[in-house]
Amino acid sequence: MTADSHALTTTGHGPVATAGHGPATAGHESRGGISNPILGMLLFITSEVMFFAGLFGAYFSTRAAHSPWPPDKFAGTLNPIGLILIATIILVMSSVTCQLAVNAIRRGDRTAFMRNIAVTFILGIVFLIMQMYDYSVLFGEGLTMDAGPFGTTYYTLTGFHGAHVFGGVIMLGVVLYRGTAGQFSARHHDAVEAASLYWHFVDVVWIILFSVLYLLP
Amino acid sequence: MATTTIAPATASTYRGGLYEWLTTTDHKKIGIMYVISSFIFFLIGGLLALGVRTELAQPGLQFVSNEGIYNQLFTMHATVMIFLFVIPMLAGFGNYVVPLMLGAPDMAFPRINALSLWLLPLGGILLLSSFLLGGGAQAGWTSYPPLSEDRPLASTGYGQDLWIVSLILIGTSSILGSINFLVTIFKMRAPGMTLFRMPILVWTVLVTSVLVLMATPVITSALIMLFIDRNYGGHFFDPATGGSAVLYQNIFWFYSHPAVYVMVLPAMGMISEILPVFSRKPLFGYKAFIFATAGIGALGFSVWAHHMFTTGAVFLPFFSLMTFLIAVPTGVKFFNWIATMWRGQLTFSTPMIFALGFLTMFLIGGINGAFSASVPVDFALHDTYWVVAHLHYVLFGGSVMGVFAGLYYWFPKMFGRMLDETLGKVQFIIMFIGLNLTFFPMHMVGLAGMPRRIADYANSGWTDLNLLATIGGFTIAASMLPFIWNVFVSLRSGKIAGDNPWEANTLEWATSSPPPPYNFDHLPEIRSERPLFDLRHGKTGH
Repeated sequence: MTADSHALTTTGHGPVATAGHGPATAGHESRGGISNPILGMLLFITSEVMFFAGLFGAYFSTRAAHSPWPPDKFAGTLNPIGLILIATIILVMSSVTCQLAVNAIRRGDRTAFMRNIAVTFILGIVFLIMQMYDYSVLFGEGLTMDAGPFGTTYYTLTGFHGAHVFGGVIMLGVVLYRGTAGQFSARHHDAVEAASLYWHFVDVVWIILFSVLYLLP
Repeated sequence: MATTTIAPATASTYRGGLYEWLTTTDHKKIGIMYVISSFIFFLIGGLLALGVRTELAQPGLQFVSNEGIYNQLFTMHATVMIFLFVIPMLAGFGNYVVPLMLGAPDMAFPRINALSLWLLPLGGILLLSSFLLGGGAQAGWTSYPPLSEDRPLASTGYGQDLWIVSLILIGTSSILGSINFLVTIFKMRAPGMTLFRMPILVWTVLVTSVLVLMATPVITSALIMLFIDRNYGGHFFDPATGGSAVLYQNIFWFYSHPAVYVMVLPAMGMISEILPVFSRKPLFGYKAFIFATAGIGALGFSVWAHHMFTTGAVFLPFFSLMTFLIAVPTGVKFFNWIATMWRGQLTFSTPMIFALGFLTMFLIGGINGAFSASVPVDFALHDTYWVVAHLHYVLFGGSVMGVFAGLYYWFPKMFGRMLDETLGKVQFIIMFIGLNLTFFPMHMVGLAGMPRRIADYANSGWTDLNLLATIGGFTIAASMLPFIWNVFVSLRSGKIAGDNPWEANTLEWATSSPPPPYNFDHLPEIRSERPLFDLRHGKTGH
């Protein structure tokens, strides 16, 4: 997505009625409102919401069909106080730094933008490492993918969230790389806005996941 | 006509070599490649259907060596036709026509557009490669667990996994395409092209894109869970291990019923472009048609469980009522179409004939569908050949008729030459006879109780009707020959089309045939949904 948003943020002016065989974006891009890449990202996030809706639907349906939940064998395995709480705080923090980066580039402050994006990028990686470590602990306690519906739903939901965090980290990496090349300014930073929207979405999904998997009695 | 020559002077844009086609981001070339690849998959899916019909011509097993191969035939037939023919074919038309109709130079994200295209052959090759890797998927296109689970007497082997992976790829292509359509429609319209001046086809693509965007990710999640069940010891859907088979059905149909409208709404849009042009009248009730389209889209999300009446696990009155309600906006559309033709100056060119074929055949598919919406009737008809008859009248009588109407209508724009009218009418007559010969008897054997998805039957009362359907199937196949011949002959020596051979009123006819890269040098002023009519007849457009 980010690669394309780069290609499409040209600002062409002039009425279409006289536009020649110019670049594909001439005359259409700058007509007010939300930009193409950001609208595209919002629609993409809509589709991702529906994807997770399918997974959550399966989770609640499975949960309703099994009692007790969690099964006695895994009662207390998913403890909200501990490593996972730290990981949650880290992910929420990364959303804050991501927004600080967006605010900075809106002001044209490239130094603060780069600093905050780098911190967000690192926090994202730290979250992923913590999640992998958490998986290894849970594996040690016997909670595996094929350990009944409880294990299957847990790993599917958190695993697909983790995959989305990984995708977000790649987006942030691209933004970081392009930032070092000085490609963003107060006027041209659609890719930053789009990546940040995606990052916030991933964060919100985690908060819901954490609440549902760890807190919901 | 002289006043409408605002097309660019240089027309020829299709001199690029193979490399140009493989790397292009031009929506017109991508659209044409969508259409061609979908048509190839149509032929493949048709051959698979002929295998099914040949086996069913007589009781006993005479064409396939065992029932497993028969299961592969009908599973792959449906999968190829739905996911690799109808949906991408309509997306291909959308790709080609929507930017032109909006006066836009291209889609909003041309490179993502190319990605959407190239995911399709990738998915198709993966799907078909299963025939070489121990056999294709056998659990039907719905792939209900536990039949689709990896266990004895179900679906062991790679076929089902390849089916899942290829459907995820094709679904991704659809989602990216729908995002592209929506951004194009909302952001790339020419000055003056307000939402309520957009051609109806663009509106149907808009609603379709919303359906794809909201529904396709849901089936992706179902497929992923099925894949996890099969390969990583998951417990989602197999009742034997604590899963729920009905859960899969709910998630599957949450996508697959809206997908039915994905497969027919753009065809309705194409009909709505063609009927006014060949009636020399504006579409009757333009806004009513748009609201009916949006209504079908919205209702489409609340009827999925009518595929699951007999599970006993869904709330029957609600889903039955919502299903009947779909007939209301569909009926509005029929009034629109008929009133459009009423007292028009009708000319029966090939696109118009196929459009009329759509109207009549889709009407049958709609009526027999409403029967099945009634719960007690559905309990009797569920999983019989009646359902097969219904879905083929909708998808073949509806969507495929619409696709051919669109092919004859926009072929001159795509390639600058007309398709031959005589061959077109010959094709229509053979196809029309063939489709009724194939699918009408299915109503009767269905009412007589013949279940779908069986390779053999002992009831001698079903034999004659099945033989009739098989003859019809080969008749449909024969109707493709004049079409393919027509395309090859017309590409070489067809009548030169000119910019606007049908005297149509939408913007794609304002540019040359074929259009240059980035489509337009100049656009007419857009003051209504028929800018070329306004251009021809001065400033009297409403």
